Amino acid sequence: MNSTVIVFPGSNCDRDLAVAIRDVTGTAPHMIWHRETTLPDRIDLIALPGGFSYGDYLRSGAMAARSPIMRAVSDAADRGVPVIGICNGFQVLTETGLLPGALMRNAGQKFVCRDVMLSVENAQTAFTSRYEAGERIRIPVAHHDGNYFADRDTLDHLEGEGRIAFRYAEAVNGSQRDIAGILNAAGNVLGMMPHPERLIDPAQGGTDGRRLFEGLLETVG
Amino acid sequence: MKVRITVTLKPGVLDPQGKAIEHALASLGFTGVDAARVGKLIDLEVAEGTTDADLEAMCRKLLANTVIENFHIERA
Repeated sequence: MNSTVIVFPGSNCDRDLAVAIRDVTGTAPHMIWHRETTLPDRIDLIALPGGFSYGDYLRSGAMAARSPIMRAVSDAADRGVPVIGICNGFQVLTETGLLPGALMRNAGQKFVCRDVMLSVENAQTAFTSRYEAGERIRIPVAHHDGNYFADRDTLDHLEGEGRIAFRYAEAVNGSQRDIAGILNAAGNVLGMMPHPERLIDPAQGGTDGRRLFEGLLETVG
Repeated sequence: MKVRITVTLKPGVLDPQGKAIEHALASLGFTGVDAARVGKLIDLEVAEGTTDADLEAMCRKLLANTVIENFHIERA
């Protein structure tokens, strides 16, 4: 699998994500700096990592969304290349407009850093095929701005079209309809606040995140 | 030319920071504060001849996230 991890100034989960991808797929991803303007010719997966790109200036993900490489990422997403944005990567995807809505300050005002239970809402996506619909999985979160907001129409569309990939199975950050991860209309772009790359090996205390990458490998090769 | 952009959360969008400020004011004994909302103020120094359309485009493309925020442009 030819994959790439986009690295912004202030990304801090880029190496964890690269290790997870390499460990599961057997091939290390290309690490691409945000100032680049092109992606490798053949690309099967683009991953946007967690962190605090540009120090979260203006709004989380706002500056990264306007960095040079994102034009190439948007073009690839439009061509159907799978794109996953985790945590700050999710914020970048909403700021880019590849996903609807916005991620706001957690309702409790506090940074939340712990394992949380998620419910897999749609198991028929390139990202979730190794999970069962309705399955409860444990994935860590670590964010201050994970409170998902969208207007009612958008939320109804997401729900009606099976575009909610994961929901929190417990109170975490005040997200509307407990949304933890959503898909674009075509289903090839996933944004999620929890960090699957942090639970891929028993040495990390669990492997519930591993199946996301295994599913991707299976679907996109 | 100086331009002041004010970015505020849309009505109905929860503002936990504003809520915390509201409660802090109450705990300091300031009664009668019914709501507090936090926004942003961005001062720009722009070339003469910058049009309203230019300024609005700056707000829409970067300075405000119109999913959750409104903006107001004021020329000094």
